[in-house]
Amino acid sequence: MKKISSLQELDKARQEILDRIDPEKPVVTITSGTSARAYGSEKVIDTLRKELKKQGLTGKIDIRITGGQGFDEREPLVMVSPQDILYQQVKPADIADIVSETLIGNKVVDRLLYKDAETGETVLHKMDIPFYKAQSPYIFGNNSKIDPTSLDDYIAIGGYSALAKVLRENSPEEVVEMIKKSGLRGRGGGGFPTGRKWESCRNAPGKKHYVICNADEGDPGAYMDRGLLEGNPHSVLEGMMIGAYAIGSDEGYVYVRYEYPLASENVERAIEQLRTYGLLGKNILGTHFNFDITVSRGGGAFICGESTALMASLEGKAGEPRAKHIHTVESGLWDQPTDLNNVETWANVPLIINKGVDWYTSIGTEGSKGTKIFSLVGKVKNTGLVEVPMGITIREVVENIGGGISGNGKLKAVQTGGPSGGAIPTSLIDMPIDYDRLTEVGSMMGSGGMIVMDDKTCMVDIAKYFMNFLKDESCGKCTTCREGTRRMYEVLNAITEGKGKEGDIELLEDLSWIVAEGSLCALGQTAPNPVLSTIKYFRDEYEAHIKEKRCPAGVCKALITYSIDEAKCTGCGVCKTVCPADAITGKKKELHTIDPDTCIRCGACLAACNFDAVKVV
Amino acid sequence: MSLKGIDQILKKFEYRESAIIAILQEVQEKQNYLPEKDLEYISEKLPIPLTRIYRIASFYNAFSLKPRGKHIISVCLGTACHVRGAPMVLDRLKLELGIDIGEMTEDGLFSLETVNCLGACAMGPIVVFGKEYHGQMTPARVESAIKKYKKTSKE
Ligand SMILES: Cc1cc2nc3c(=O)[nH]c(=O)nc-3n(C[C@H](O)[C@H](O)[C@H](O)COP(=O)(O)O)c2cc1C
Ligand code: FES
Repeated sequence: MKKISSLQELDKARQEILDRIDPEKPVVTITSGTSARAYGSEKVIDTLRKELKKQGLTGKIDIRITGGQGFDEREPLVMVSPQDILYQQVKPADIADIVSETLIGNKVVDRLLYKDAETGETVLHKMDIPFYKAQSPYIFGNNSKIDPTSLDDYIAIGGYSALAKVLRENSPEEVVEMIKKSGLRGRGGGGFPTGRKWESCRNAPGKKHYVICNADEGDPGAYMDRGLLEGNPHSVLEGMMIGAYAIGSDEGYVYVRYEYPLASENVERAIEQLRTYGLLGKNILGTHFNFDITVSRGGGAFICGESTALMASLEGKAGEPRAKHIHTVESGLWDQPTDLNNVETWANVPLIINKGVDWYTSIGTEGSKGTKIFSLVGKVKNTGLVEVPMGITIREVVENIGGGISGNGKLKAVQTGGPSGGAIPTSLIDMPIDYDRLTEVGSMMGSGGMIVMDDKTCMVDIAKYFMNFLKDESCGKCTTCREGTRRMYEVLNAITEGKGKEGDIELLEDLSWIVAEGSLCALGQTAPNPVLSTIKYFRDEYEAHIKEKRCPAGVCKALITYSIDEAKCTGCGVCKTVCPADAITGKKKELHTIDPDTCIRCGACLAACNFDAVKVV
Repeated sequence: MSLKGIDQILKKFEYRESAIIAILQEVQEKQNYLPEKDLEYISEKLPIPLTRIYRIASFYNAFSLKPRGKHIISVCLGTACHVRGAPMVLDRLKLELGIDIGEMTEDGLFSLETVNCLGACAMGPIVVFGKEYHGQMTPARVESAIKKYKKTSKE
């Protein structure tokens, strides 16, 4: 591999890569990120390679393996160009047809196309599918254009041109100014203005300045950062390099969540490639800019996503936050000025430089610029990662992109902000997505988790779920957080077990105040949000649990009973075979019954019944 | 783990105290858990107090101080899997295996663990057997999956 040692050489290398691409040559693109792999994408790829060989097509058709492209519900996706056809949920057995029909016969395999559930019409092109149509995939969209293991692919789509541009045209101060003017705010949760953070860090005196990429992604139910790191690691690294230049840093770290082996692998490989090309190291692109990056894997602790805890962890200590009267931009990693930004924040930087501040600020709302990637999950039809402009309403995301509620349930709430956020009720979902508006209604933007809940989701159970998570993940340093989250969990648990007492809601509100006010870091300070927001919007559910010992959503085990609907039961006996407690009796072809005293409410019969005959009340 | 193996890992990280988390990760990767004698050896060689190593090893969830089963079963308890019924799947696993979270079956075949979001929420609820992802799990499917694993590990 040849070193790229000047700005001109980068332009030349790009041209050479582009010249090698034959636009007429068919390309089959297959997604193979973590979720596609879980659906068996590796076997699909293997089968395709074998089939092409069998048909004598090896070398005549390119295979591009990409990271996730968002539409996880329909993984693995297979795209054929130049015809621009999208096949979904492809199995190894479908490959022979794709090769013979489409690649050889130039015909479409209808059964693999996306089919609109309502109209029954099939859709040929990816961008015509409703899931993609309403998105603005400026950042995440590049995942579909590149193989994340190929630096050449990234360079071909204009990669590292933003870095080259600032090295060629701008002083570090000018770069800081651009990011400030762009209005970019941190995507990791807090929403702090990125340009201002860079400026403070740049101006802070120190022996050395550090930049860090926070890829700890702790929100349970969110995976935007994983999607970017797996599918386009170079966009994040390019952002870090521009940031390092602007801040005056020569050393960077990427702190990757322990549970993300593929993301770690892909960033590590990307960094190695940059070193080989001479794009990391000394005198990058023939300038005076020196920079290198190290990947560090986390230890599976949620708290290590918090800035000071993350830095402690990088230093090889237990990840406990410290008070921030001295900011990390002045004294962070090894007591030196340190700038920490989230994966998605970094990935926004090259876009801003390439497209310009005016273009960037034209997207979004007054206080929230650009796009945001959300992980749209839960009880929604089209689960996946979606990138939308700030200011779009929650309803548009859930209904137009997400396709509405899965099954036959009704939308009840949308949770944003993870364990620090809150549930937003249906009555408010016409609200635009914006940092400040979300905070106003008691939730927050957070890092991008968007969990859709329907009428079968119990809001008290959700509050208990988050409190359980937080009590486990509290590092234990502050008494209010360590003990407070535990007490709140116990109260919530008692309510869901039918042991709730009059006054419990008020007790939760009191404890909330103490936990929020008495804790050092944002884990404790925001821990009560899921409880307070559910009390605010779903107080009737709390009251039903406490006063009537009833769980309206049919979730809390101690408060529900299972029975079989006489009118629907066909006597097929499936429920009886799956019951682990032998609680179901009944002869074949006759009505079956559940003994409420033996029943352990495990839900096996409910999931197994094909006739919707198991009732939960 | 052999002392030589540990020496190699320590050398790779240049005996840097700040690399202790990465060192423990590599040691654990080889054998699923962190045996006491390995920690003592690391403490002696780095050298850092054994209490500090224990503090790290017990603070981070990724480390286990107890041996783990041949098959590690991880149930995703992320929010998306939770709302789709992961707790019921977990309960059934506990019932089938006769162990609680963090424990190992007597025959050493299975360990039961939980994890928060594997980023495959579309398939939720998810249970990972070793490296194999099982999506759309229901309490009833737990039973057949375990049977399958018991059978294959005897072969
Ligand atoms: C308990 C806790 C967990 C956090 N987890 C993450 C995380 O996983 N990823 C992240 O980027 N930021 C996380 N943050 C926010 C970081 O502290 C920090 O604000 C952010 O990484 C800064 O980057 P940004 O300005 O680009 O958003 C967490 C904060 C707290 C209090
Ligand atoms: S919540 Fe289980 S995979 Fe995301």
